Amino acid sequence: MGLRLDKPWLSSEQVLAKVRGQMGVYQFANEAGEVVYMSYAGGRSLGGLRGEISRSLTEQSDATQVRYEITTSYLSRYKELLMLHQADYGGLPTHHPSIRLGRLSPAGGTNGS
Amino acid sequence: MDLNLTPEQDLIIGMVRRFVRDEIVPLEQNLDPDADELEDEDRLRLVAKTKEMGLYGLDIPPEYGGPDIDLVTRTLLAVEMSQHRAGLYAPCYGTFGGAGLAQLFEATEPQKEKYLYPTLRGEKRGFFGLSEPSGGSDPARAIQTKAVRDGDDWVINGGKLWISGADKADFGLVFARTDSDQGRNGVTCFIVDTDQPGFHVRRIVHTLRSAHYATELQFEDLRVSNDNILGQLNKGFAIANDRLTRQRIPYAAGCIGVAIKAQEMALEYVPQRETFGAPLSTRQSIQWMLVDNDIDIRQSLWITVEAASKAQQGESFRKEAAMAKLVATEAGGRVVDRCMQMFGGLGVAKDLPFERWYREMRIRRIGEGPSEVQRHVIARELLGASLR
Ligand SMILES: Cc1cc2nc3c(=O)[nH]c(=O)nc-3n(C[C@H](O)[C@H](O)[C@H](O)COP(=O)(O)OP(=O)(O)OC[C@H]3O[C@@H](n4cnc5c(N)ncnc54)[C@H](O)[C@@H]3O)c2cc1C
Repeated sequence: MGLRLDKPWLSSEQVLAKVRGQMGVYQFANEAGEVVYMSYAGGRSLGGLRGEISRSLTEQSDATQVRYEITTSYLSRYKELLMLHQADYGGLPTHHPSIRLGRLSPAGGTNGS
Repeated sequence: MDLNLTPEQDLIIGMVRRFVRDEIVPLEQNLDPDADELEDEDRLRLVAKTKEMGLYGLDIPPEYGGPDIDLVTRTLLAVEMSQHRAGLYAPCYGTFGGAGLAQLFEATEPQKEKYLYPTLRGEKRGFFGLSEPSGGSDPARAIQTKAVRDGDDWVINGGKLWISGADKADFGLVFARTDSDQGRNGVTCFIVDTDQPGFHVRRIVHTLRSAHYATELQFEDLRVSNDNILGQLNKGFAIANDRLTRQRIPYAAGCIGVAIKAQEMALEYVPQRETFGAPLSTRQSIQWMLVDNDIDIRQSLWITVEAASKAQQGESFRKEAAMAKLVATEAGGRVVDRCMQMFGGLGVAKDLPFERWYREMRIRRIGEGPSEVQRHVIARELLGASLR
């Protein structure tokens, strides 16, 4: 597992055809490739990643691309990805609700969150 | 020796037990099974309740505004506070407040003004930075982080691994080598501000504990004023050791609380669950698991209370604290494991707390000094000079 989420971007159709009900984290990007939203499928999520991603897609109208990572450490990974985004871009993804976070200063430059 | 609770102990233990049952456990029905934080609204409401109960800031010495409760009683309360899903690493989700880093009570007055009092008011947070990639069991030899004097400052270079809470901290205690020829007498404890240039939290270290994570730190020419030395130059290891010894008692208490809760759930379940035409409770193999659990819990509890009692009386308690940590963490693991077995598939599902306890309890045999190191501490105390 790399520090940043480095899975390939998929269209919403591709992702829904592929993703299953595991626990994990996911990101949405807009047409321009900017990450606009992140969330996770945890131990109480109905339908796991598949359920969470399909539900969130209906709420995030400008999301055109999706990537996800399967992990049981979904809470620590989710916060890590948010902190990395903050370190790389100076703030949370556009559609992310405010959240109490720590600070990360990863070694190396920006390569997309 | 009187092993009965005093009426006062009975009263406050009962209050905390009801608080856990009526306030904490119901909230967990709606939280993520790995959560370690409450929503602000719930947290503030419950903090107001613990203040009303007169139990907020339990571990704060009375001269700093804490509620003057003896260590044996606080240990028994720690056993109660951990009896819920998040109880091992987030007992009651912090609603009883904390004393922060205990070493700061030994700080100079200006250091207390800057770090201790804001921590007690809940305005600042600190981390404890001892372990390094080179090893945590024997930090006196393993510490490679170096601090070099430069005028009125020290310049720190190196790194720390496994440090809990550093990403959210305003300051931390960082142990660095200040004299490379002196082994354990060449380590100094610095109070480091996390907003200084050269302080980096490089990554989260993902472990079995998903919410209350650890981090990896790097220091690159991090400047710290000479005034920020905690205690004396080259005497930092004594500070670390003292903290580790004291911490072993509440650490053990948390494991005992979880074991008690797991056993309580099993005792309720096995008379109801039937296989092959009879309740599980009628099977000898199940009864023996419950018996072994009860013995494990009692042994851990008495050894831990004895350690607390010795510490309370100002006697040496290094051996007893190591025993408590060793016995309670290992027994806690066995109890949770047996309870999972009795619950079958439900035991490993996220619907119930056992799977979280099982993961987090496993860390307890390593964190704050692995079992082998506790045995080493006990052996040294038993053999004394003959071992050296
Ligand atoms: C989730 C988590 C959070 C942590 N938080 C903090 C923190 O906030 N601050 C901090 O400073 N540290 C923290 N730690 C570090 C923790 O204290 C160390 O992991 C621990 O002390 C062991 O050090 P190590 O991992 O380097 O193992 P090592 O020192 O490499 O030891 C490896 C293993 O060797 C065995 N061993 C060691 N010595 C002996 C011996 N004498 N005889 C026989 N066997 C032996 C033990 O089984 C041990 O587990 C945390 C660790 C974890 C896992």
